[in-house]
Amino acid sequence: MKILVCITSVPDTTAKISFTDNDSKLNKNGIQYIIGPYDDYALARGVELKEQFSGTVTVIHVGGPEADPQIRKALAIGADDAIRINCDPVDSYFTASQIAHVARENKYDLILMGRESIDFNSGVVHGLVGEMLGIPSYSPVMKLDIDGNTAKIDREIDGGKESLSAALPLVLGCQEPISEWKIPNMRGIMTARTKPLIVQEPVSEEEMTVPEKYSLPAPKGACKMIPASEAETLIRLLQTEAKVL
Amino acid sequence: MSVLIFVETDNGSIKKTSLEAIAYGAKIAEKTGGNAVVLALGAADSAELEKAGFYGANKVLHAADEKLAHENSMAYADVLAQAIAQENSKIIILSKSGLGDAVAARAAAKLKAGIVSGVTELPVINGTFKVTRSIYTGKAFTTTEIKSDIKILVVKKNAIEIDESQLSTSTAIIESFTPTLRDTDFTATVGNIEKASSELSLTEADIIVSGGRGMKGPEHWQPLLDLASALGAATGCSKPVSDLDWRPHHEHIGQTGIKVAPDIYIACGISGAIQHLAGVNGAKCIVVINKDPEAPFFKAADYGIVGDVFEILPKLTQAAKNLK
Repeated sequence: MKILVCITSVPDTTAKISFTDNDSKLNKNGIQYIIGPYDDYALARGVELKEQFSGTVTVIHVGGPEADPQIRKALAIGADDAIRINCDPVDSYFTASQIAHVARENKYDLILMGRESIDFNSGVVHGLVGEMLGIPSYSPVMKLDIDGNTAKIDREIDGGKESLSAALPLVLGCQEPISEWKIPNMRGIMTARTKPLIVQEPVSEEEMTVPEKYSLPAPKGACKMIPASEAETLIRLLQTEAKVL
Repeated sequence: MSVLIFVETDNGSIKKTSLEAIAYGAKIAEKTGGNAVVLALGAADSAELEKAGFYGANKVLHAADEKLAHENSMAYADVLAQAIAQENSKIIILSKSGLGDAVAARAAAKLKAGIVSGVTELPVINGTFKVTRSIYTGKAFTTTEIKSDIKILVVKKNAIEIDESQLSTSTAIIESFTPTLRDTDFTATVGNIEKASSELSLTEADIIVSGGRGMKGPEHWQPLLDLASALGAATGCSKPVSDLDWRPHHEHIGQTGIKVAPDIYIACGISGAIQHLAGVNGAKCIVVINKDPEAPFFKAADYGIVGDVFEILPKLTQAAKNLK
């Protein structure tokens, strides 16, 4: 089984976000980068399936060299090789085109990624890649088992979940509890150093969307404290003061 | 040129977030001088679909084919692309949801269209076409220019303010739409669907009452459920609570769970870890009830009560009942 896992490299979930250069760029000072938490679930499940059925896991990242430590970590967790498309991934369509291009050349049975990246939160790359390749895409997938050429999937739907089975190849956006995050062991870290990481330039693609300026939300006003003994006044305040009820 | 709005239905009626999308699309149509056309799929009640007119739609294309009754992003995107071609639409609006994103994405790839998801305001159209969207899970915004001919916008809840007293009184014309369906879009076998149909969906809810570990156990949830029922609210929970199986996973609100944008979010016994805040920063008004005055959630709250949730919740429930 050939599996492609797409990973993002994103500020960790506790990062304080700010911008520089006249609000045109993220201030990367002091920011710790991690593999996207959802992508980490996809990677963990990909590695498990590879071990179960024998096969390969290739990791792909669309982005600059600053993501190389995250890519090495993915290799240490159990991926066999990696491809980095060297560019700035600011547009979903562009990013998906790069992944689709690599997928067309290598014919994967499964393309796994997180349900969304936690920087731009779009949650559209799996759908775009699926359509570009002419294969089905499902998200968010919480459970994935393979039986021959069929994937058995549980995915979250509004207010519940749905079970379905679909023939490979597929593109899947993953989320917990599809697997447990894996921590690389020493042997993994050592072998990751010599696993191939191929850097490729992007295929040309029209620029569909261009982010121009970044901003932060207006600061929150002070919290109004209500004594516990007068808790019931909250309901009136929500109605007459905050005017939200 | 027209603006096309893809809507989701629930039991034959247009979902609330989709009604917002219609109002949003109609505003753009008004500005650009075109029609606002709605696309609705699967079984739906005509009287319900006509209501799209109240929110500014001129016409509803209704593809009632039974095969479209079940959520299927592949087939839906295919139908959407056919509707876009028929109506010569250049601006496409969907509301943000798992389905909305999936349909938008597949349609974008079919049409070679620029797609922006998580839009929080009306676009600025002025020679160029710029939208503002939420990024970093609500911690920031970016203004993005869409350069492609066809533009697909996936809008978040509350991207537009709807004044229910100012709605139009004219209904929309309903036109039957018969797209060509491809067998290849219907190859998956759908098995079991577990859906709590009586529950209010978290992404749609105007009010959410949510519980954390401070609720002490699943057997203590009743006071929270009582308040939710008195307020007509949906119920949510923090990650530890769903991890401990006190509440189902689809109630988990936060960075790796559901992101919500209600008018009121009432957090009971949730300390307010940054990962939880990431799921609720779209809320208009946040109320925090916690026995620990140092709980970080108070810093993000509009109203706070320090005290025992089990004493406070019944008081709030009573006050909410008195309101009615």
